[in-house]
Amino acid sequence: MIEINATLKRPDFTLDVALQLDQRVTAIFGPSGSGKSTLLSIIAGISKPDRGRVMINGETVFDGEKKINKPIHQRRIGLVFQDARLFPHLNVEHNLRYPLKFTPTHEQQFHFNDIINLLEIGALLKRATHQLSGGEKQRVALGRALLSSPRLLMLDEPMASLDESLKSQILPFLKKVADEINIPMIYISHSKDEIMQITNNVVYINAGKIVA
Amino acid sequence: MLDFFNFTPAEISILLLSLKVAVCCVVLTIAPAIAVAWLLARMSFFGKSLLDSLIHLPLVLPPVVPGYLLLLLLGNNGLIGKFLNTHFGFSIAFTWMGAVVASAVMAFPLMVRSIRLAISHVDRRLELAAQSLGARPLSVFFTVTLPLSMPGIITGLILAFSRSMGEFGATITFVGNIENETRTLPLAIYSLTQTPDGDLAALRLVIISMVLALGALMISDRLERKASQQIGHTHD
Repeated sequence: MIEINATLKRPDFTLDVALQLDQRVTAIFGPSGSGKSTLLSIIAGISKPDRGRVMINGETVFDGEKKINKPIHQRRIGLVFQDARLFPHLNVEHNLRYPLKFTPTHEQQFHFNDIINLLEIGALLKRATHQLSGGEKQRVALGRALLSSPRLLMLDEPMASLDESLKSQILPFLKKVADEINIPMIYISHSKDEIMQITNNVVYINAGKIVA
Repeated sequence: MLDFFNFTPAEISILLLSLKVAVCCVVLTIAPAIAVAWLLARMSFFGKSLLDSLIHLPLVLPPVVPGYLLLLLLGNNGLIGKFLNTHFGFSIAFTWMGAVVASAVMAFPLMVRSIRLAISHVDRRLELAAQSLGARPLSVFFTVTLPLSMPGIITGLILAFSRSMGEFGATITFVGNIENETRTLPLAIYSLTQTPDGDLAALRLVIISMVLALGALMISDRLERKASQQIGHTHD
């Protein structure tokens, strides 16, 4: 369960949200500039709110009053970005194995091979990242995030830069992850179609406020 | 033509000394240069532009000036030199180690410049991704920032090496021109041009210098391409 109660003021924009996410998969929907990504960056520890509190599974990762602000690498939140952000100096396999170095064996939730089979990326392992299609990149990014054994998986517009045919390469896998992997997931998108295919549990955000 | 490569013992010792000084110069400067380059590329702090200017000073000063300042600091009667000499019986003035320090001071800005440029071009979103995968800041630096800066580091390394091989003014001012101790390639060429009948021997060293410099540039280009490919950049 994720609890967020936070305010963040920017010169042209204020985010002010109080939100409890207790479903396993939640979509956050809103037009661009509505504060979706800011909300994500607050949960992930990329942006620091001016005040408030963020809790993940009962653990406080941010508390403005108690001056708690856990750094990104200690929050154990898997992020998948619109641009996959694969490391260009590592091949696909080394990208996937990267988080394993920082995850003690007893905390690893998945076997490497299971993730590869789930996402059907076994044939890509030896490839350089620039040899992948957009959909393949996102599958590798998704696998890499899962292999960091996160407590929460957050996907920020993972299909926004893909055309329709590439979307069909990734959507079934996103569904599979949402259905089969037992990790809470937040899916951010400005596309209602996309969200309807993933979950019915939708939070609507607009102008920095939760609308529904 | 083959005779040309029959180096005399004197030439060999000059070459070996120059190489020793240049290699030590690079080894001595690489870690501090990376640290300073990172500071300048990524941090904002009070006195940053002063630090930046101080580091670049040797590039714009006549080399004899840093050489003379080194003499004042590290010479046997210098501020630090005297202390080292009386307490540790240790002196670097007029030794090959002094030549290393002189060329390190001159090469440092070149090294910092190219590494700084490379670090500032590293996509910080990749560093953020690494953090989200559990990497501590130091791990991020060693597993993402540093490998992605490799082409710039290689350039800096070769520039520093070449600068050290060619260093003249600061060296001759700080450590003199002592045969088999501080007489590196450029100093030896200079000495020969001051010697009657030394022209031919000087010309030989001039040609050796040019071959070495050309070789360094070609190797650097090669390594840089390789490093760029490894980080996923395609060269034309």
